[in-house]
Amino acid sequence: MSTLVLLLFTGLGLGALYFLVAAGLSLIYGLMGVLNFAHGAFLTLGAFTGWEIARRTGGDNWWTFLLSLLVGAVAGALFAAFTEFVLIRRLYQRHIEQVLVTVGLSLAAVALFDGIWGTDPVFIQGPAWFKETTDILGARIPNDRFICIIAAVLVLLALVFFLKNTRYGMIIRAGVENRSMVTALGIDVRKAFTLVFTIGGAAAGLGGVLASHYFGYVSPLLGGSLLIFAFIVTVIGGLGSLTGAAVAAVAVAVLQQFANFYLGGTGDFVVVLALALVLLFRPSGLLGRTS
Amino acid sequence: MTAAEEERSIAPAPILRIDGLTAHIAGQQVVEDVSFTVPATGITALLGRNGVGKTSTIKAIIGLIDRTGTVELDGVRVDREPTYKIIRSGVGYVPEDREVFSKLTVAENLRLAERDAAPRRQLVEELFPDLLARSGQMAGTLSGGQQQMVSLARALLNTNKILLVDEPTKGLAPKIVAEVAETLAEAAKTVPILLVEQNLQVVRQLAEGAVVLSGGRVVHTGNALDFLNDDGLTQRLLGVSTEAAHTEAAHTEAAHTASAQTPAPAEKGAAL
Repeated sequence: MSTLVLLLFTGLGLGALYFLVAAGLSLIYGLMGVLNFAHGAFLTLGAFTGWEIARRTGGDNWWTFLLSLLVGAVAGALFAAFTEFVLIRRLYQRHIEQVLVTVGLSLAAVALFDGIWGTDPVFIQGPAWFKETTDILGARIPNDRFICIIAAVLVLLALVFFLKNTRYGMIIRAGVENRSMVTALGIDVRKAFTLVFTIGGAAAGLGGVLASHYFGYVSPLLGGSLLIFAFIVTVIGGLGSLTGAAVAAVAVAVLQQFANFYLGGTGDFVVVLALALVLLFRPSGLLGRTS
Repeated sequence: MTAAEEERSIAPAPILRIDGLTAHIAGQQVVEDVSFTVPATGITALLGRNGVGKTSTIKAIIGLIDRTGTVELDGVRVDREPTYKIIRSGVGYVPEDREVFSKLTVAENLRLAERDAAPRRQLVEELFPDLLARSGQMAGTLSGGQQQMVSLARALLNTNKILLVDEPTKGLAPKIVAEVAETLAEAAKTVPILLVEQNLQVVRQLAEGAVVLSGGRVVHTGNALDFLNDDGLTQRLLGVSTEAAHTEAAHTEAAHTASAQTPAPAEKGAAL
């Protein structure tokens, strides 16, 4: 029983990280049709800047941690806004060029991070409570899992509130459904594009700081490794569906953890198999639009 | 000054002038060198057989598809502007197939369309009372007629220089068709309309001018009734005889007159 609970909470913590990356990816694709392969770079920058600010403020306390979350989210948001404004804006409707630019940017970003922070993993110190465990039904759950889960739930609630209760949220929901009709109502949808990129970058940056605590280190390749699973989550959840991304993130991560433990480390294989099954039997994803 | 010149000099300037409009979709030319004007009052019908480029012309006017040529709105050239700026300069667009946002509520669909500082909510509530009652309902769950009302309401919320209305009666029941026509007639009292319409009864009822397309080109312009009364011409350009349509129109008009004797708002609400 304790193993099941431990695997479940570890899966939920990992799912929280997947969701923070996939939320932005899903909204960006849903609204703009852009497959953003540079999204992992937003996460990595968030992780490194979060670590940098924690290191420079010299603390491993809660305030330092909260500051690192803020700085990581802002760094991710600024990088994402810059990417949209300078690189992507000229390439809407040009999908091949988008892929080439975002793949190129992700590679260039890794090289840049290598140059600044080195190629070796940097190990992270957080508040002492993170290293402790909490006993649930006999399972000793590392506390950092709870932080990841709480942060992801708060981000999900904030995004849902924003999408449901603000004019820009309404524009984004409408744009995901029919972008050209939004334009035909006299709305400059490009502002919504920049906003969605910025929000997605902020979530990824936040996810980067949390991921560095979850895994205990940050490296230039951190974003890339999470991005692969975030793409799978996005497709399984349904492109453009925030709720779908949340459900799929949890499902994928928990499945991965259980398969790793009970099926001899086959977690990644099982996730890819799940992706194949969804594509075969429900190509629009769990909660995506049916074509 | 000749009589014709005098008439031209006192005639109001057209609200929309299209000159040499050519449009492409996925590399395929769908509109070829189209030129016409829309007067500043009344309804002008854009007619033609299926697939001649009527919807493409409307979309090209507001830049929803790639195009070249000149588009002047109220004397100002707008063809170099992006779509949202053309719309903001005073164009209301009612697309073919309604294109309401199905996952947004009726109220959200309408709020999204508000671009004036003082949107005409009261007018919309008077014209479409049922939409008020259904404001919290997802637009995707509405009937086709109700969705058309949402689509029309979105365009009527703002003060426009022209409405571009694309097949508003397509796929609707005859009773709803009559209501849509009535709404358009009411709207046309304050704003000129360029109307794409396959239902010739509706065209006969509403339109003053007609522009006829064939093969992506303008092949006829003139008075709508004169065109519709020329059976040979409509047979050649539209592929239909208007005599039968004319007889049907008389029946519809009689039925419509009878139905108009019942309290209009309640009936409209019930129909919605």
